[in-house]
Amino acid sequence: MLEIKALRAGIEDKEILRGIDLVVPTGEVHAIMGPNGSGKSTLSYVLSGREGYEVTGGSATFDGHELLEMEPEERAAAGVFLAFQYPVELPGVNNANFLRTALNAQRRARGEAELDAVQFLKMARAEIKRLSMADDMLKRNVNVGFSGGEKKRNEVLQMAILRPKLAILDETDSGLDIDALKIVADGVNALRGPDFSAVVITHYQRLLDHIVPDRVHVLANGRIIRSGGPELALELEAQGYAAVVAEAA
Amino acid sequence: MNAVSQTSLQASAASFRARYEGLKERLGGDSIQRAEAADAFAHQGLPGPREEAWHYTALRPLTEVAFHEPVVLLSDCAAALAALPDLGMPRLVFVDGRFRADLSDAVTGATLRTGAPAFGPSVALGEKMVALNAMLAEDGAAITVAPGVDAGAVMLVSLGSDAHGVPVSFHPRHSVVLGAGARLTLVEVNGGTGVYFNNPVLVAEVAEDATLTHLRIQQEAAGAFHISTVLADVQARGTYDSFTLALGGRLSRVEVHAALLGEKAMAHLNAAQLLGGVQHSDFTTIVRHDAPATASRQTVKNVLTGRSKGVFQGKIEVARVAQKTDGYQMNQTLLLSGDAEIDSKPQLEIYADDVKCSHGATVGELDADQLFYLRSRGVPEAQARNILVRAFLSEALDPIEHEGARAAMEAAIAAWWERQA
Repeated sequence: MLEIKALRAGIEDKEILRGIDLVVPTGEVHAIMGPNGSGKSTLSYVLSGREGYEVTGGSATFDGHELLEMEPEERAAAGVFLAFQYPVELPGVNNANFLRTALNAQRRARGEAELDAVQFLKMARAEIKRLSMADDMLKRNVNVGFSGGEKKRNEVLQMAILRPKLAILDETDSGLDIDALKIVADGVNALRGPDFSAVVITHYQRLLDHIVPDRVHVLANGRIIRSGGPELALELEAQGYAAVVAEAA
Repeated sequence: MNAVSQTSLQASAASFRARYEGLKERLGGDSIQRAEAADAFAHQGLPGPREEAWHYTALRPLTEVAFHEPVVLLSDCAAALAALPDLGMPRLVFVDGRFRADLSDAVTGATLRTGAPAFGPSVALGEKMVALNAMLAEDGAAITVAPGVDAGAVMLVSLGSDAHGVPVSFHPRHSVVLGAGARLTLVEVNGGTGVYFNNPVLVAEVAEDATLTHLRIQQEAAGAFHISTVLADVQARGTYDSFTLALGGRLSRVEVHAALLGEKAMAHLNAAQLLGGVQHSDFTTIVRHDAPATASRQTVKNVLTGRSKGVFQGKIEVARVAQKTDGYQMNQTLLLSGDAEIDSKPQLEIYADDVKCSHGATVGELDADQLFYLRSRGVPEAQARNILVRAFLSEALDPIEHEGARAAMEAAIAAWWERQA
């Protein structure tokens, strides 16, 4: 379970998150929607431990771990996965080696046996097939020369292989055509189950047609101003953020 | 330059000259050419920081050590030899600059001659360190490959030792002569223990359509000095394809002069310098395009930690006749510490009007976004940094076709990384 209490954070002297309270029970998928500049990406970076963000108050715990006190790699080993809005290119780093290194680092941190190259490739190829991705995905350098859609698919592939307990998807739908959107959604839906939870951050309702959330929260000005069921996303789509923000003010 | 270092350069040069005076009756080879070298060295001395080509590399630390002639040692060097990569190719082993037939293998496909060097036409005595070498050269490998023969690969090993009780210097003189269409891969490994000065010169003559691949691992002892010069002449459609990995020594300089003398001759002068502590390493290239449609490629990567200093000087000279020259030079540096320093000096002198020459230099730290991306996937910070350093080097390493040599370089880089941790 992810439990965020009165979380305040920002960059340098600028406060962006002004007291976030959010509980995502294990097994649930929650969507966070909000206008540009509301703090959606900041929330995802603070939860995954990116440098440069200062936490000024509150807490975030995941399955009993104090997330905010952990290094990014410790959070990953604890089961937290961030799907990046802008996946980073790693020239000179082979995708298969990258994934195996990451998986084995996590397994080592958890005291589990590492996978050898043969075991890894067998598993990775099976995931690629299941996600209907191209075989050469593993052979290429990480995200180098990938189209926007391929980069997002690669995030989903990583998620499928790393099997996180909590996935945070930071506007993974931005810039995707409908086919890529479905692949991303299928990737998340395939992991859904009693031990998996996700926070799906999105600007648009479109993705939520394919990943139907248990709860929807509206983030504006660094606070969650409204929460509801999946129907809230439809309401936002119909009325726009301005109306909801004005209503809450 | 202050008066003190001037004096120490002169004093050091005087001690090398005195060694020559004591040895000259015993040194074999062409005594006239050697006397010319001694004469040139007497006039020129050691290079000082006032000279443009040596502005970034001061020999002061070298001049503070008194180097002696190595005495003959018959140690079996078992540990040093066992530590060398086993690449399944014959080894020619030099200990303190002297050929050790008892530690070396027979070479097939090529003719090998060792002993006092024949200097050949490419004497280049105007180069001060080459003049020093020619004055004191006692031994070396002269490898000749007949036209049309693929001689496979040979490893040339230099081991420096501190078993003499005093620092020694050695000045081996090697040559590789490839006939038309011949091929050879020369894997050169320089290492040792203690304080010594290795000052080798390699003269390479690459005939028409021949290919010399020259892969070097400079992993000299931490207290050692290494100043080497390659003089490579490449004829029409010939290739001098080189990669130098420099990660050893206290003060080192690898200088390569490649002359592209025939149409479509080609030179690859790639390198990686990995430095830590107070190491100083210099990679200097001079490529002369002297014929039409010649090409040169240089990808030079530096990774610097601690208070180390790296130097890259790359000069491309294009003669008027060398139309359609294609010259490319890229120097990239990763600074892993705020106290490390890189001096990068590209120099293009172009007298032809239809050429394609480009050069670039970048200096940076590890990319914070890339580091976070790796860590967010569970890779610990130290390992993530290692992965990014290796990725940075891959552009220079990947083109090395000899898999065994490339693996040996990867292993040397991994060991270097371990030492920095």
